[in-house]
Amino acid sequence: MSQQTVPVDPAIPDLLESDVERDLRATVRNLLDKRAAWPDVLARTESDELVDTALWAALCEIGCAGLAVPVEAGGAGASWAEAAVVAEELGRAVAPVPFLGHAMAVAALSHLGDTELLPALAAGERSGALAVPFATAPGQFPRSLDGTVLGIADAVTAEVLLVLDAAGSLRVLEATEVERTPVVSLDMTRPLTDLRVEPGAGRLLADGPAAAAAVEHALRIGAVLLAAEQIGVAGRVLEMTVEYLNTRRQFARLIGSYQGLKHRVADLWVALTQARAVARYAAVCAATDASDLPVAAALAQARCSPVAQHAAEECVQLHGGIGFTWEHPAHLYLKRAVSAGIALGGPDRHRAALADLLDLPGPTDPAPMR
Amino acid sequence: MSDLTERVAEFLAAHDPTTTDRWEFLRARFDAGLARINWPVGLGGLGLDPGEQGAVDAAFVAAGAPDNRPALGVIGLGMAAPTILRHGDEDQKRRWMRPLWTGEEIWCQLFSEPGSGSDLASLSTRAVPDGDEWVVNGQKVWTSLAHLARWAILVTRTDPAVPKHQGLTYFVLDMTAPGVEVRPLRQLTGESEFNEVFLTDVRIPDSQRLGAVGEGWAVSQTTLMSERVSIGGGRIPRGGMLEPLIRTWRDRPELRTAGLHDQLLELWVEAESARLASTRLKQQIAAGRPGPEGSAAKLAYADLNQRITALELQVLAGDGLRYEDSAGHRYLRARANSIEGGTSEILRNIVAERVLGLPGEIRTDKDVPWKDLPR
Ligand SMILES: Cc1cc2nc3c(=O)[nH]c(=O)nc-3n(C[C@H](O)[C@H](O)[C@H](O)COP(=O)(O)OP(=O)(O)OC[C@H]3O[C@@H](n4cnc5c(N)ncnc54)[C@H](O)[C@@H]3O)c2cc1C
Repeated sequence: MSQQTVPVDPAIPDLLESDVERDLRATVRNLLDKRAAWPDVLARTESDELVDTALWAALCEIGCAGLAVPVEAGGAGASWAEAAVVAEELGRAVAPVPFLGHAMAVAALSHLGDTELLPALAAGERSGALAVPFATAPGQFPRSLDGTVLGIADAVTAEVLLVLDAAGSLRVLEATEVERTPVVSLDMTRPLTDLRVEPGAGRLLADGPAAAAAVEHALRIGAVLLAAEQIGVAGRVLEMTVEYLNTRRQFARLIGSYQGLKHRVADLWVALTQARAVARYAAVCAATDASDLPVAAALAQARCSPVAQHAAEECVQLHGGIGFTWEHPAHLYLKRAVSAGIALGGPDRHRAALADLLDLPGPTDPAPMR
Repeated sequence: MSDLTERVAEFLAAHDPTTTDRWEFLRARFDAGLARINWPVGLGGLGLDPGEQGAVDAAFVAAGAPDNRPALGVIGLGMAAPTILRHGDEDQKRRWMRPLWTGEEIWCQLFSEPGSGSDLASLSTRAVPDGDEWVVNGQKVWTSLAHLARWAILVTRTDPAVPKHQGLTYFVLDMTAPGVEVRPLRQLTGESEFNEVFLTDVRIPDSQRLGAVGEGWAVSQTTLMSERVSIGGGRIPRGGMLEPLIRTWRDRPELRTAGLHDQLLELWVEAESARLASTRLKQQIAAGRPGPEGSAAKLAYADLNQRITALELQVLAGDGLRYEDSAGHRYLRARANSIEGGTSEILRNIVAERVLGLPGEIRTDKDVPWKDLPR
């Protein structure tokens, strides 16, 4: 290997993890190992408080609430790349904390250059959420035409909510100013909320194109962080599956010695290797505000969503009966993976976005056989 | 880096590529240590980190320097060179490395046999010692470039009485030696890139042995693990292997259908993912942290190239039916991608066992002397 020539493509930024990121990863993992082991996570899905607010507070203490925000503006002065590292670790643990929704609110406020609300959010003193339906793709601007917004992620415990109103303006509301209805979500570790807002309530943050651009940016950052989270999920389920194949015996053999199973996990690993590079590229583009960010974010979602979902599905299948039980953590990951694959647009919408961005148009009119 | 840039500039100033003879230029480049900067000093390199090789190659390409026929050198550069550097003695390295790198001497790989493909260690070609020489008899097959090669890397059986992995010895064979007969094989593209090679009482001096007698398996592992990394600083463009298809897509709206559009976008996503993953791997290697991702690269490449070339034919529709169009050839040639250099099935085994740590295949042949194995 060391004898080989390996020209590195100078047009692609460094995709390797920095020492700082490695340290951050270790810190977060350590915290999650102690506070969000899977039995804790499972227990929480059956409790009245789906969000682990104490864990969220602990994450805020180490700066996770405003990693990409400069120190002067109240944040930790790192970047979205570090935020992606945290997202990946949270995905590995399917941790029930409102990191993603909060990060999207922070992204919108940062994009607007807000100085009033951002410092408190970035410092983790208050928690926020971007109140758009979680399935919204970047580039769509779903306005709340009648004052209701359905299926918002990470809004159950948010103290402030950013809502796009009927006029296309972005308004900020205190939690006390809205009516929240919890929804039983497919992914029990990321509760959804329906919201009712009185028209005109709250403070105007931005309107017109500025509001739209801020929301689009927030959704795009969300897509990047979600991709990192999907890598965390996929990596963990693959680990779990390999562990199981290495311990379970049938027909007097470890089942991991059967090629039919080996090849399936080998394929998962190859796909994960690619997805990891793509997620990392997107994170670096977000961190540097690169002009390629729209492509990178769409690419990341188009690749990481199916990989994470397939990995989680294989995890259930290759665990056999135990994989279909409530007591085994596989379902927590499956639910997270499948809902993340619908969140923020889903792969097909991201591919459609790529078609535009790359100038690869579809047929203009149906082409009938002649 | 600036040091290296300067060296390259100085070299190019002293050897004008437009007026210098091709082989003279390439030999001088080798002697200047600018062939592969990570190879040892005196053997084409400077003992440097390989990370800057891309920049060096790009500078030579930009200056219009002759290339060293990388397509013909693929086995020499990718497989023979790493093996010689690792297992050869000083004389062997000095004899073979320069003409190998310049492309003056083409190499081929005499590994596969009619009875031994995936199960390489089961091979039967015999080498029997006779004084300072070995006498070799056997048949090899699928040997790419044998019809052009001056040298071959060759694995033989030297002890049939021990289990199959233990009785092998590795040689370098002179393809012009008496008793070497090369017969082209026609492949499904209609071309003949590979051959059958018959070895009848071929004599190989012991000085052309690589590694100890009986250590042929370990030496061949170096060969097999060495990736075929193409030389030249050319970057893979965004979209990578999809580029020709993308051009057609943009230029010919009449070929587009909704179904093909979906497939194109899916493949674009995968091709770009593969490109980023391979860049990340190269960055890891350059940083001195080679990861196991290398074994993923060939698997992914083979699968992707097969699907891309298949889609290209679908997009071209009627034009795809004309074989003179290169899309048909690309599709047919891509069938080999998952067979040559180790099949995708074997690579999946390798990923599962060496990367993911799953149990090895059940082995019934491990402790049995080779001569007693069913054949
Ligand atoms: C274009 C081309 C160029 C080549 N050039 C060279 C060359 O230059 N030098 C050289 O030495 N060889 C060369 N080869 C040979 C190549 O390395 C072999 O074809 C390859 O290793 C497979 O061996 P085989 O053909 O004997 O197939 P087999 O080993 O008989 O395999 C047949 C099928 O069974 C599968 N299979 C076999 N064993 C297993 C297993 N344990 N688990 C799961 N599946 C299995 C294989 O994947 C394959 O699908 C070339 C081949 C091609 C196509």
